[in-house]
Amino acid sequence: MLNGLRLYGRYCAASLRAQMAYPGSLMMMISGQFLATAIEFIGVWAMFRRFGHIGAWTFGEVCLFYGLVSVTFSVADAISRGFDIFGSVFVRTGGFDRLLLRPRSPALQLMGYELRLTRIGRFTQGIGVFGIGVALSHFAVTPAAIAILLFAVAGGSALFTGLMVLQATLAFWTLESLEAVNILTYGGEAAAEYPLNVYADWFRKFLIWIVPVGCISYLPMLAAMGRADPLGTPSWFLPIAPIAGFLFLGVALFIWRFGVARYASSGS
Amino acid sequence: MTAAETLRPYAAVFAGRFQLTLQYRAAAFAGFITQCWFGVIRILIFAAFYAGGAAHAPMSLANAITYTWLGQAMLVFLPWNADPDVTEMVRSGAVAYERLRPVDNYAWWFMRAMAWSVARVAPRAALMIAFAGVAMPMVGLGAWALAPPPTWAAAGLFAVSAVGMVLLSAAITVLINIAMVRAMDERGPNILAAPIVNLFSGMVVPLAFFPDWLRPILRAQPIAGLVDIPFSIYFGGLSGWSAVGAIGLQFGWVLALVAFGHWALERAMRRLQVQGG
Repeated sequence: MLNGLRLYGRYCAASLRAQMAYPGSLMMMISGQFLATAIEFIGVWAMFRRFGHIGAWTFGEVCLFYGLVSVTFSVADAISRGFDIFGSVFVRTGGFDRLLLRPRSPALQLMGYELRLTRIGRFTQGIGVFGIGVALSHFAVTPAAIAILLFAVAGGSALFTGLMVLQATLAFWTLESLEAVNILTYGGEAAAEYPLNVYADWFRKFLIWIVPVGCISYLPMLAAMGRADPLGTPSWFLPIAPIAGFLFLGVALFIWRFGVARYASSGS
Repeated sequence: MTAAETLRPYAAVFAGRFQLTLQYRAAAFAGFITQCWFGVIRILIFAAFYAGGAAHAPMSLANAITYTWLGQAMLVFLPWNADPDVTEMVRSGAVAYERLRPVDNYAWWFMRAMAWSVARVAPRAALMIAFAGVAMPMVGLGAWALAPPPTWAAAGLFAVSAVGMVLLSAAITVLINIAMVRAMDERGPNILAAPIVNLFSGMVVPLAFFPDWLRPILRAQPIAGLVDIPFSIYFGGLSGWSAVGAIGLQFGWVLALVAFGHWALERAMRRLQVQGG
């Protein structure tokens, strides 16, 4: 286990050095991503200027939800690149054979494939939006709130990584990175930008029980704000809800093993 | 040479690219599913905003829903990237061959871009209209569906404006190509084009939702002709002479961007550095 962590650390270090080799290009990509995501946020601002609020939520409060999920997604997107491109880069080419020959778990090797620094752009946007939220709403930045949010980011990263693992697992059958899975990753992220109780009931259930993005954004954010859930989730569950993300990743890795066992090389 | 002979290579490149792109059926179907899902999320968010203050809205919820479905149906018209084939040519150095063809370089790339976007939109839009325009009303979800244009006049004006939208999309794609040729790298132009196009076209939020003092500026800029002008004409938000004026503006921008693109491409190609070997 410790050995695996050390290996992961070395993978990351190697990936970072490779990306730092072209600092100018890296900076351009980071600022480009920051601008891109910041521009999209202007749309949210415009809607609030028009309507003033969504449900009982103000602009500042929605910024908190939006910032949290944006930060979370940027972390997941930075660490799970290996699974994201798994189908087209490893399965279709037969390159997965090489990973299987090495005496380490293929999941670990894929996690270490690349730690994408460009996602700092989106991360910064998320922090910025969250900052706007703190300034505009009466959000108390207490150690307890920060601890809850850090746990939410960890659980959320696990959840989105789990979705990427499922996408990679499907590639054993489809031989391609199946882009329809984007509706769960990008779609889940987009849905969690707003507090869950603004949605229709069926959609809310989907976001809690099937792809639990509600558990890593809406519920812990309520706990951090010191609010009760208008939908009646018991208050003791709110701060620990991100556990659902780790459970999801666990299930995804379990299914992944079936895929690996079934793998037949397709390369030449 | 007669006019027909002059035009033949351009028609050929259009037809070739169109048929080739149309082959990607799985991609079209995956795109359709993705767009349905995002359409649902956007509509639910619209509905939540409207529930608390429909009086502040510049259009009815039904129109906002129709606008959203149209946007999802026509999403891939948006010029987010340089033409991938041209990107590959720049990377490999094959772009030099483009200079050897006895055709107008600009028109050649314009036709390629147009074929590429139309062939990707056609199957997605057909599926989306079948889903949001026909199937949803049939199962009793008419209030959430893509409504037909309210009048024949709106339908006719939309048809004209849709042509402008196709031309504008191709013109902007070629401009992104040119930026890429000049930078010898597609990443910078590609990363910036998508968010700018999304916001200023009215894809993120219809332009009417922006503060009132901003609206004249937003409507006058060229990218509005990609989404906001044609869709507003479709549901009747722009009608009569204001619709005609908006279409005039749209086509005016097409001409301006084509003229500028033609000039800029010639300039960029004269200084072209070829990579690869």
